[in-house]
Amino acid sequence: MSSATDVSTQMNIDSGLTADDPRLDIPRNLGGSQLQNLDGLLLPIVSGIAVSLLARFVLDWDGLMSTVVVAVIAAMAFVWVGTRERSGSLVATNSVVTALVWLSGTVAIGAIVWMLVFVIEKGSKRFGLSYFTHDMAKVGPLDPGGGVLHSIVGTLEQVGIAATFSIPISVLTAVYLHEIRGRISTVVRFIVNAMTGLPSIVSGLVVYALWVSGHGYSGAAAAAALTILMIPTVTRTAEEILRTIPDHYREGALALGAQRWRVVVKVVLPAARSGLITATILGVARAIGETAPVRLTALGTQAFNGNPFKDPQSNLTTFVWDQVRSGNAVQIERAWTGAMVLVVMVLVLFTAARFVSSRGSSSKGR
Amino acid sequence: MSIFELDNPMLDVPKPRVVERTTGAERVFTFLSSASAMVTLIIVGATLGFLIHDGWPAIRQTGLVNFLTSSSWVADAGIYGVGGLLIGTVLIAFIALSCAVPLSLGMALFINEYAPKRIRFVLVGAVDLLAALPSLIYGIWGLYALSGQASKIARWLSDHAGAIPLFRLTRPDAQLVSSGFIGGVVVAMMITPIITSVARDVMNQVPRELCEGALALGSTKWGMVRTVILPFGRGGIVGASLLGFGRALGETVAVAIIVSFSYKANSHVLERGAGSIASLIFTKFGEAKQGERGGLMAAGLALFVMTFAVSFVARKIVANSEKKAGIV
Repeated sequence: MSSATDVSTQMNIDSGLTADDPRLDIPRNLGGSQLQNLDGLLLPIVSGIAVSLLARFVLDWDGLMSTVVVAVIAAMAFVWVGTRERSGSLVATNSVVTALVWLSGTVAIGAIVWMLVFVIEKGSKRFGLSYFTHDMAKVGPLDPGGGVLHSIVGTLEQVGIAATFSIPISVLTAVYLHEIRGRISTVVRFIVNAMTGLPSIVSGLVVYALWVSGHGYSGAAAAAALTILMIPTVTRTAEEILRTIPDHYREGALALGAQRWRVVVKVVLPAARSGLITATILGVARAIGETAPVRLTALGTQAFNGNPFKDPQSNLTTFVWDQVRSGNAVQIERAWTGAMVLVVMVLVLFTAARFVSSRGSSSKGR
Repeated sequence: MSIFELDNPMLDVPKPRVVERTTGAERVFTFLSSASAMVTLIIVGATLGFLIHDGWPAIRQTGLVNFLTSSSWVADAGIYGVGGLLIGTVLIAFIALSCAVPLSLGMALFINEYAPKRIRFVLVGAVDLLAALPSLIYGIWGLYALSGQASKIARWLSDHAGAIPLFRLTRPDAQLVSSGFIGGVVVAMMITPIITSVARDVMNQVPRELCEGALALGSTKWGMVRTVILPFGRGGIVGASLLGFGRALGETVAVAIIVSFSYKANSHVLERGAGSIASLIFTKFGEAKQGERGGLMAAGLALFVMTFAVSFVARKIVANSEKKAGIV
């Protein structure tokens, strides 16, 4: 039997222990909370940043992001070396992976914060009451005024029509899939699932071929394209929500002699109400942001058009797209404010959805 | 009703008398929901039908093989080749996937296993918000905010990883903005939420006893993740990635804003110029004449078939892995 120091050095090299290995009798320090204490992290992070800054000046790099990337890689290396020294390579790998997992969380959160801050910062420049009370009818590309009245009206009408059709269809389809479980439910479920990945532009193409090529651009055509896109997403979420309603609700109602439609209308749907509202709000939020299908079906205009059934109609997304593509500074500023309005609308809907679903879950727990 | 079918001879009980009345309301209800379910099938059928009807003449004119392999698009001569764009589409989606999969797996593990309980709610919300933001916003953010930084990373990659053929430049002073690389990175941000949420669902199905068993046997947290969670969720993770791939294939506006369009496939992904089918349709449709619109419909058909097949397979894999998880 070798001495304890021998064993620990061997363990560092060889991690392929078998179950009957005598070395397993010796307790191993896994140092579980290595990363919880800041001292273990602070040194590697500081030295990682130092190495990166040094490399940046010595090797003459450019750019914040590459510096950050190198700093992160160097810090990881230091974490690994540092922990290995104290507790062996198994723990060292664990520490590095923990750091990587935290890093990917930070990257995702960082990206979303960056995006929101950037859009709001750029967009607030032109934000004001007149932006919402004017359209672009008599506004030249470089004129200071102009607004999104026509686009907001277009967005509201198109998404409103789309929601009116798609929400009942989606909820009823979900009921068919989970409550009725008819003959075609397997097929429908697979088609719905595959349709959630339908490229938005394809729905625009279909509506164009079906309607626009013969009858001209209109807001209602855009609404049809949005309906095609909303049905699968809302159906899928709605079915998932129906699945969370416990079976004894249904059994209780059936045992009392209720018919199936009464069970659905009086028991299942009320119980699922908050979840269904959340699903539809998120579906609407998605429809508000669609650009490609709207462009192919409603085209977009400069002037106000309140009638969704005739003639091209604007939409916030086509507005932003047109202004961005024009390429001059004034129009791009206008586009940013349009983008900000879009983001704020999505954020409001999103927060509302969260609010409804959290209220629903708390009342269910009661 | 089926639950009352107690006609088993072993049950020596009088058969219960079931009063089943199918009232008008019941019939209307069943009809309405069946009709709604049919709508989805009709939409898919109509999509396929109209794309074939409007796109097939253009494909026949070009020849199917030419359509799928050539990358020359001459609208006036009636030649519509999307071969280069098919490769470009897959290339951008592939770049997106190779950034998004590690990020999403990290994010899924972070939310499920590593993050403190208190901030878990915030993280789930952030991922959902990433999914809810419009692709147009991603596009302009990518063009005006990310592009400058990403082109510096591209420069760095071409300087230090030039050994990899994809990262080579045709000439040292090539423009590194509006490239497939930057487009792919932005698309990666857009598909991260879908991969994360599906992967999280799969990882949540791992029986907790197995994880606790691994920890009790002295495994580190990473050891537990590597030997229990990842093998258990492998099918689901593959399916989730494919799902993200399908989304990336069809991404339109972000790619159209960021990437400078070209018909030819560009294997120098860091350089300016790349193409995808969705951005072809989006940018060309407005000014296209009747004949070219047929060509664009044909391109849409190719895109539809491709994404539909990928999503279908992906959902099948995810469903299978969830079914397997249910048995264990």
